[in-house]
Amino acid sequence: MWVAAYIVNENVWDGVFHGALGLAPHAPVTESIHFFFYDTAKIALLLIGIIFVVTLLRSFMSVERTRALLGGKREGVGNVMAAGLGGVTPFCSCSAVPAFIGFVSAGVPIGVTLSFLIASPLVSEIAVGMLWVMFGWEIALLYVAAGLAVAIVAGWVLGRMRVERWVEPFVFQVTLHGEVVDMTAGLTLQQRVQIALSEVGTVIGKIWPYLLVGVGLGAIIHGWVPADFFATNAGADNPLGVVVAVGTGVPLYSNAAGIMPLVEVLFDKGLPMGTLLAFMMSVVALSIPEMILLKRVLKIQLVGIFAGVVAVAIIGVGYLFNMVLA
Amino acid sequence: MIIKVLGPGCGNCKRLESNVAAALAESGVDATVEKVTDYAEIAGYGIASTPGLVIDDTVVMSGRVATVAEIFALLDATSQA
Repeated sequence: MWVAAYIVNENVWDGVFHGALGLAPHAPVTESIHFFFYDTAKIALLLIGIIFVVTLLRSFMSVERTRALLGGKREGVGNVMAAGLGGVTPFCSCSAVPAFIGFVSAGVPIGVTLSFLIASPLVSEIAVGMLWVMFGWEIALLYVAAGLAVAIVAGWVLGRMRVERWVEPFVFQVTLHGEVVDMTAGLTLQQRVQIALSEVGTVIGKIWPYLLVGVGLGAIIHGWVPADFFATNAGADNPLGVVVAVGTGVPLYSNAAGIMPLVEVLFDKGLPMGTLLAFMMSVVALSIPEMILLKRVLKIQLVGIFAGVVAVAIIGVGYLFNMVLA
Repeated sequence: MIIKVLGPGCGNCKRLESNVAAALAESGVDATVEKVTDYAEIAGYGIASTPGLVIDDTVVMSGRVATVAEIFALLDATSQA
């Protein structure tokens, strides 16, 4: 049923717009509206499929289990493991603070904890799955590698800076009591399917405004911005391209689903892939609401350093990609 | 019976709260429901993902919203023990 819907979507809008409504193809307005409907339907379908499959797989992991795996690991190995686990552990950004306290009070080093928190939104299944479908598995794989690298390096650097002094003292005073039961064991397949279905509803319910804004902006650019506009102004030969992209992306708050239609359109308009991936990472990994949440446990200096180190790492990755892919 | 819903007040915590209320109404179990929103206290229960559900000081679920049926079963198990 899902596959059928996807195939129908590929073909139906041409007929509706050019045939039934008699609108001229290639006019900016028609092109924009066509793009809007086609892309909204396409991305919504992709999201439903990807979230369902990934949540099903992820129901075997939990933040608590990840913490147990990371407990007692030293920096270095710990950063690598934390980044990897950040990608596969089910995690909602509203849990960032409890996770931070929970990890630190269980003896996980701060730098390792931060690696986890950076990787978690960055190497998300939605980002990777959509890149795969839209740009092929090579780009998706490259994105995963880059996301992991950013999380490992930034977490390690932050750990080296002895940032403990900028963590709110109450975090270190938390004492653990109570037994933790493993929620992931003993679920039946039926329960896991049910969890996955309800997660699809929750995530779509949460991100659809971002998705519509993203596709809307994408549609406008698709229809009106000349094909070589970005290539001339922010192309591969512009040395500041990546910095500008990340500078634009950090204050923007969206998620992988909202940003994907923009990435798709900007790529068509000639922006290099490295610049685009850096833009996408900066939007997804760094956002003002998340910083405000983290301020509950980190002093303002550390929030600033955190954002700075992650941004620099993303910029580095962007330039690296533009060189590799050129 | 004392039931605690652990969570800073995000959408998932509110959904869990209303599921707990529905399960209690359905089962007729007499229980006090408390909301725990303090981060340090939440973390003290040993959970690292919200929302968390605690029945009589035992963590029974964390990281996802328990369905009404699941809470019903948990209430049943606890009141028989």
